[in-house]
Amino acid sequence: MRAFWALARRDLTLAFRTGGGGALGVAFFVITAVLVPFGVGPKPDLLSVIAPGMLWIAALLACMLTLDRLFQADVEDGSMDLLALSPLALELAVLAKCLAHWLTTGLPLLIAAPVMAITLSMPGEAYGPMVLALALGTPALSLIGAIGAGLTAGMRRGGVLTAVLVLPLYVPTLILGALAGNAAASGLDPSPYLMLLGAITLACLPLCPLVAAAALRLALR
Amino acid sequence: MWSFANPNKFMRVSGKVLPYTAVLAVLLFAAGLYQAIYVVPPERVQGDSARIIFVHVPAAALSIMIYLAMCISSLVALIWRHPVADLSAKAAAPVGASFTALALVTGALWGYPTWGTWWVWDARLTSELILFFFYIGYIALWDAFDDESKAAPAAAIFCLVGSVFAVLAKYSVELWETLHQPPSLTIGGEENVHDVYHIPLLMMMAAFWLYFVTLWLVRVRMEIRSRRIRAIRLAAARE
Repeated sequence: MRAFWALARRDLTLAFRTGGGGALGVAFFVITAVLVPFGVGPKPDLLSVIAPGMLWIAALLACMLTLDRLFQADVEDGSMDLLALSPLALELAVLAKCLAHWLTTGLPLLIAAPVMAITLSMPGEAYGPMVLALALGTPALSLIGAIGAGLTAGMRRGGVLTAVLVLPLYVPTLILGALAGNAAASGLDPSPYLMLLGAITLACLPLCPLVAAAALRLALR
Repeated sequence: MWSFANPNKFMRVSGKVLPYTAVLAVLLFAAGLYQAIYVVPPERVQGDSARIIFVHVPAAALSIMIYLAMCISSLVALIWRHPVADLSAKAAAPVGASFTALALVTGALWGYPTWGTWWVWDARLTSELILFFFYIGYIALWDAFDDESKAAPAAAIFCLVGSVFAVLAKYSVELWETLHQPPSLTIGGEENVHDVYHIPLLMMMAAFWLYFVTLWLVRVRMEIRSRRIRAIRLAAARE
């Protein structure tokens, strides 16, 4: 277990010292959300309707774009070989990396999301459920993303392929997250959608590291 | 299954089976299409546009079934390192993707005069579209690796991950009651299509299946041959 936390801490340190921590991901999220009013026009009633979905799409893209940080560098410089040889199971190593990825991309989004919700004139009563939905759903984004990142880890140009592989897998999370936000915005009870989001994350928690580790072993072969 | 792990045996048996499936597929297509176009009366409300069912339903059914067959192939390849199973999944993918596209296009062509719209974001249509993206991702993953021995297990893993969505596509009309109607054909079901449509539809279904098997056999044989050619070239280059 010590190795698990040490690995998570190492990835966090690396993210803060070389990648600007979560700042870049959040910057991307904010810019994407800001593009929406330019694209569809600044009418508040229109924006408030599409705000939850747009925030989720921005979160999805922010998570996806940072996936290459997950394994790529470690596979290239050989650290992943050492990790695979270490007594820590590769599945747990993947989980530690996902944790670090979520702490640097998912968690900052929770803070940025309410601010962007104001600019997209989302109804006030939806803020709480929206942040809760992101808190429940974004861990699944990091975990599912690990599958795509693992499958493309050994490739020199895996970027676009990762997107093609991962985005269809993100669809259920996106649908439920946007439904939770929309339900809260129109005064309905968002709890069924929140529970389903939580279910997706809980199902991903044991399954995705297994699959991603299997994919990584191929990249290391 | 194990005897076909030997590509020689597979080539021998598939070479014998291939002419029969091909001829049978052509005959069934001819008979089924004749029935569908000339014998079956126009539908009472929809008129002639209902005839598209004879292409749409088999294509859609196969789009899901081929994906599940690819999953089984991938599983066998991953667990037992069965050498032909990898190729079988790879060979089926473009065929499955084409059937998925065919189902989506024929559905749109029928939807416009009947539902009044080419496309709706209904559970069945959406899950079928996502299935199409999985086919694309699977094919792209095979192409992305230089080394086939790495591509095969990676693609197999991705195929299995996507199986969740293939199952979702199959049961979407039963789980959510949205615009798309429930299944037209069920084994032992009370509410099948009318008998006049039933028999030609089954014929077209069988024709599509045999067409798939034929294409699949041809493509697996092609893959085995191209693998042999590569091996021979490598051996020649070494000398």
